[in-house]
Amino acid sequence: MSASIPFSAQLINLFAAVILLLAFAMLAQRRLPQLINLFALQGGALCLATLVAAVTTGQVHLYYSAGLTLALKVLLLPWILHRLVRQLKVKGEVEALINIPTTMLVGIVLVMVAFNVALPISELSHTITRGTLGIALAVVMLAFLMMITRQKAITQVVGFLSMENGLFLAATSATYGMPMVVELGIALDVLIGVIILGVFFFQIRDQFDSLDIRHMERLKDN
Amino acid sequence: MDFFVLMLAIPLASGALLTVFGERDWAPNLNIIASLGTFLAAAGLTTEIVANGPRFAFGEQFFIDSLNVFFVALTAFVGLTTSIFSGPYMRNEAEHGRLSKPRLRLYKSMYQLFMFTMLAALTTNNLGILWVAMEAATLTTVLLVSLYRTPASLEAAWKYFILCGVGIAQALFGTILLYFAAERVLGESGNALLWTHLIDVKGQLEPTIMALSFIFLLVGYGTKVGLAPLHNWLPDAHAEGPTPVSAVLSGLLLNVALYAILRCKVLADGAIPGDFAGRLMIGFGLFTLLVAAFFLSRQKDVKRMFAYSSIEHMGLITFAFGMGGPVANFAGLLHMTMHSLTKSAIFFAVGHATQKTGTQLMENIRGLIKINPLIGWGLMLGTLAILGMPPFGVFASEFMILTHAMKHYPWATPVLLLGLGVAFAAIFGKVQPMVFGETEAKRLPHAPAITPVFLHLGIVLMLGLYIPPYLTRWFHEAARMLG
Repeated sequence: MSASIPFSAQLINLFAAVILLLAFAMLAQRRLPQLINLFALQGGALCLATLVAAVTTGQVHLYYSAGLTLALKVLLLPWILHRLVRQLKVKGEVEALINIPTTMLVGIVLVMVAFNVALPISELSHTITRGTLGIALAVVMLAFLMMITRQKAITQVVGFLSMENGLFLAATSATYGMPMVVELGIALDVLIGVIILGVFFFQIRDQFDSLDIRHMERLKDN
Repeated sequence: MDFFVLMLAIPLASGALLTVFGERDWAPNLNIIASLGTFLAAAGLTTEIVANGPRFAFGEQFFIDSLNVFFVALTAFVGLTTSIFSGPYMRNEAEHGRLSKPRLRLYKSMYQLFMFTMLAALTTNNLGILWVAMEAATLTTVLLVSLYRTPASLEAAWKYFILCGVGIAQALFGTILLYFAAERVLGESGNALLWTHLIDVKGQLEPTIMALSFIFLLVGYGTKVGLAPLHNWLPDAHAEGPTPVSAVLSGLLLNVALYAILRCKVLADGAIPGDFAGRLMIGFGLFTLLVAAFFLSRQKDVKRMFAYSSIEHMGLITFAFGMGGPVANFAGLLHMTMHSLTKSAIFFAVGHATQKTGTQLMENIRGLIKINPLIGWGLMLGTLAILGMPPFGVFASEFMILTHAMKHYPWATPVLLLGLGVAFAAIFGKVQPMVFGETEAKRLPHAPAITPVFLHLGIVLMLGLYIPPYLTRWFHEAARMLG
């Protein structure tokens, strides 16, 4: 079986695996600037995976999609996030609710779940990238885990963006990407979302003198 | 000029204008005039659709049929009345020093953009654009929820953004899976996400993928509908944001999210053998109804309580659409209308009441009927209406849902009655002393806008007593579209 996988598909699988590894690295990373760099790297791997798929299949809109990923997820968003960290003077240490080794173990279980869920769908797919659907779902779940276990508002946002990376990988691997107009719309939403969050962070800090979401647990039902 | 283009262009253009000129004295009037224009365009579009049948716009990218034109009309109408209500309400807030001029500008421009995103979500034919518009609707309202910049409102807005963001990410995964299923049938043209193309081939879509896709879509958009256990953002966002925002979130946004689920359900029903989608919705609906009903009695904040009441009604409506069939769909659509109108009327009354008494805590709001009889009666009648008392329209739709459930899903009836009963006891017991009783509240600098409250309640009352035949036909037509 492995011999019959074309070179390009192996390449895409490789990049998908790198994205998954980076998702784990993000789970383990304690320092905020490095976390943002890891996110940029993940975006880079996603961009390369999309590019390989574009070259192999000759689909023009995949080139645009790769360009969009490069501009937004590798350059613009990490730049905005770094700026925010500097301007807000967030302390570098990221505090996790659960200790990191436990989080990693939970992450491994999530990956297995994701592969099992994706199995019946991957079998139906005819694209060269079908093997990566399980990986994409795993990345989404790991990002979700990161959002649950981290306490800083900015880390949750990185988790959210990483989830978006997983979703784009899913779109590329299952279907060679969504129609162009949809991808543009999604990219626009993500960009506006991050800008609004930037505004929002300043409001939070002015109010709480910190970006720790532990301060934001007062709204309860009683 | 095309009514459809006008309807989308007016809120978009006035949103942009208000971003620039939102601090001028005439800005609140522009907000109302723009909402009026949107409403007139929507009314024109509605008559056009009723007369000529479904139509496309911008190629095949937008599609308006009797189902979504009904939501469009409702959205534009409540958008108009809320803008009328928000005029004096926001002036009072500014007078109390709770809002500065730049924030009022932010409010007005975001309000118009929010209307635009909702109308775009309702009329788009592309399920991908539907997702984009739903996400944009969240983004436009995040800063509105945190408009007061109090710690509680920031927390509410943060929760709203993160929970809805995660939820809507699930919906995107669902949309990707749907596209994957569609692409196998329709090929790689850009048409594979167009609902009108999908509906033609729904029987050929791969059932396994569609089932998984519908689960993700239901959970994703369900987060925005406020389906338990993903409803946590909703009470916070409703309680901490300004009241006009609570009114449109509750009366409109929840409907739009539910509409997204309904469109996907039609496709899922066609593809998956058995009643998979319906059963899921029945389960979620009943669970939501019960959870909300039992949380209702623990509320101390009046807006929070009515937010839980919205969750409860969304549960009931989801249950109705889950049962499916012409009667239940008809009842579901009717209930959505009634809930939108009644709940926004209640929020209008509550907004003025909290302004007068300066608190949202129900134990400190007393004797509304003495402060301002109109607000007092508005709140009382609105509460009776939302609790399903005859002769209001909510009674008619709840009665239809209950009788249909008794006939086809008898096991669900006790659960429904329990939920509705608990909700009745909780809400009525708390509103009654708020309306009657002694008080020492002061006068407001700007007279409140009472007309929208009674306009909404009047329509709800009328629809409870008599539904005009053309409206019945229209509802039937829309219900039929849902299968």
